[in-house]
Amino acid sequence: MTLLITIFAAIICTALWYFKLHNKKLMFGKLCLMYWGAALMWTVDAIAEYIELEAEYFNPSAKDMLNDAFLGFSVVALGLVIWLVMLLVKDPKNVLRIALSKKE
Amino acid sequence: MACFTVPAAEAIVTTIVTKVVKKKEKEVEAKANAGSEEIKTPHIKLSEKLSWLNMMLWGGSILLMFEHIWHGEVVPWFPFLTAAQSAEDTSEMLHEMATVGVGMAVIVTAVWIGMVFAANAIMKHRPAEEKEQAS
Repeated sequence: MTLLITIFAAIICTALWYFKLHNKKLMFGKLCLMYWGAALMWTVDAIAEYIELEAEYFNPSAKDMLNDAFLGFSVVALGLVIWLVMLLVKDPKNVLRIALSKKE
Repeated sequence: MACFTVPAAEAIVTTIVTKVVKKKEKEVEAKANAGSEEIKTPHIKLSEKLSWLNMMLWGGSILLMFEHIWHGEVVPWFPFLTAAQSAEDTSEMLHEMATVGVGMAVIVTAVWIGMVFAANAIMKHRPAEEKEQAS
């Protein structure tokens, strides 16, 4: 479930990057790469688990699925938080700098 | 258990390599500028390509570390990995790092190599298409 949610997040982000958000200043490509990196790593993890559990891998309990889904959405949220922090630290449009200098 | 440490270690190495490459690229650019040579960059810089790999490795490792914290496999106190507390668990963890961890690092690197080849092919073919469109 975590793998599936991460793959969907990566696909949605990549589509958004391709059609709308390909401005380098937005660093949206970095978010895509982050999700794709995690999705690839979890794919390897899933393959290893499948080799160990075989067909049982596809029959998780409802409790495990719910926990994995909760984890998947948390991972997506963490990815977005990391991207937002990177964006605010770099502040490519000087929005933060202007806002802070106005307060002084 | 600790499979994410292998791609994280690779990420450290590739980040250092990227910094060195970026520095060298800047030096070359500065030299070219001093000699008033026109800098043509029709291709994507190596440091830019390496930054894709860095982002995949760092992003993946951080998100996987979060998953390990979630499952209680990474803790904020020494030795940080619960599997490192007994010899039996440690050997299991090392086995997982050698198989799953290395597999993760290899697949991310392989995908990155594919991305580099694809990017090079796109950059190579673009001018020809533009010429065709112009004619």
